[in-house]
Amino acid sequence: MTMTKACRRFITPFLRVLALGATATATAVMAMSHESTSVLNLTLEAKYSNTPAFRYFMIAEAIAGSYSILALLLSCKGLLSHLVLMMDMVISMLLCSSISAALAIAQVGKKGITHAGWAPICGQVPKFCDEVTGALIVGFIASALYLLLVLSSLHFPVSSLPMTTKP
Amino acid sequence: MAHENGMKPDDQVEPVLVSEPREWLLLTLRVIAFLATASATLVMALNKETKKLVVATIGSTPITATLTAKFQHSPAFVFFVIANANASFHNLLMIAVELGGRKFDHKGLRLLFVAVLDMLTVVLASSGDGAATFMADLGKRGNSHARWNKICDKFDHYCSQGGGALIASYVGLGLLTIISILSTMRLVRLKPLGYQRAPVP
Repeated sequence: MTMTKACRRFITPFLRVLALGATATATAVMAMSHESTSVLNLTLEAKYSNTPAFRYFMIAEAIAGSYSILALLLSCKGLLSHLVLMMDMVISMLLCSSISAALAIAQVGKKGITHAGWAPICGQVPKFCDEVTGALIVGFIASALYLLLVLSSLHFPVSSLPMTTKP
Repeated sequence: MAHENGMKPDDQVEPVLVSEPREWLLLTLRVIAFLATASATLVMALNKETKKLVVATIGSTPITATLTAKFQHSPAFVFFVIANANASFHNLLMIAVELGGRKFDHKGLRLLFVAVLDMLTVVLASSGDGAATFMADLGKRGNSHARWNKICDKFDHYCSQGGGALIASYVGLGLLTIISILSTMRLVRLKPLGYQRAPVP
């Protein structure tokens, strides 16, 4: 590793800032996804709150986003680095579970399951489908970033190395 | 040797890895987690139910059809089976490494690999569980906004077997989380300066 010591110190916080941006974007895009269409004088409204999976996705991204802010503050001071590492693992687990659940339900919405008699809905609300797809892509990037963050926390420990760094 | 004067910091005595005691707690947890994830895989993979149902009524004669509910119909359940199979295989591999892998410690990276693989398996298992949970919820309660009817009132055996597989998988996931935290703590505790400073044999 030929990176300088200064470069090493900033990789993990940089990844944290990226992850914060990704989770915030995913929350916002999912919260604002909305479309109404009328079929036979009946108004159908597609919102994220119709499905528990999308609600879980939004809540999980919001929790991860607010945790990112907290962890940024804590890791800049070098406090509680082991606790932050453990919480990073828990949050990455939460994010991956939420993106997977949202993907499962979105896949049913796009393709349907003929054996169960469930028809796809993306033909009727295409704009909603596109917005949800965008939110899921950003959510996937966020969970990948969190995994990278845990790996980089193990590789480049942020807490200042005692006694052995000679400037 | 650790107390000689004029010693450079890099010559500090690293904790000797060869004589570390076997961690029986970790091994026991891995065995139970392996049993849980393997049983979840098997129970979901054998989940199938066939029933004769009345599909329509023409005049006064009901038309019956034989409908089958299999786990392959839903991609979320397929992913659940694959993820739990991966998790149980990982547990088996880690048990083998714990029991017989002391010799294969190349540059002290064994603990790092175990910790990283544990974390990746936890993430995979949790995503499999999440997808299957929400698909099962969809089957149990349907979704009135999307006009998707529930299927659990007709295929109750299928639903209860799937629910059992989900519970076993959650037990496995909880144990895997504890195992992952323990192995990461083992890594971080033994090598607080980062794994690069492994002892050179």
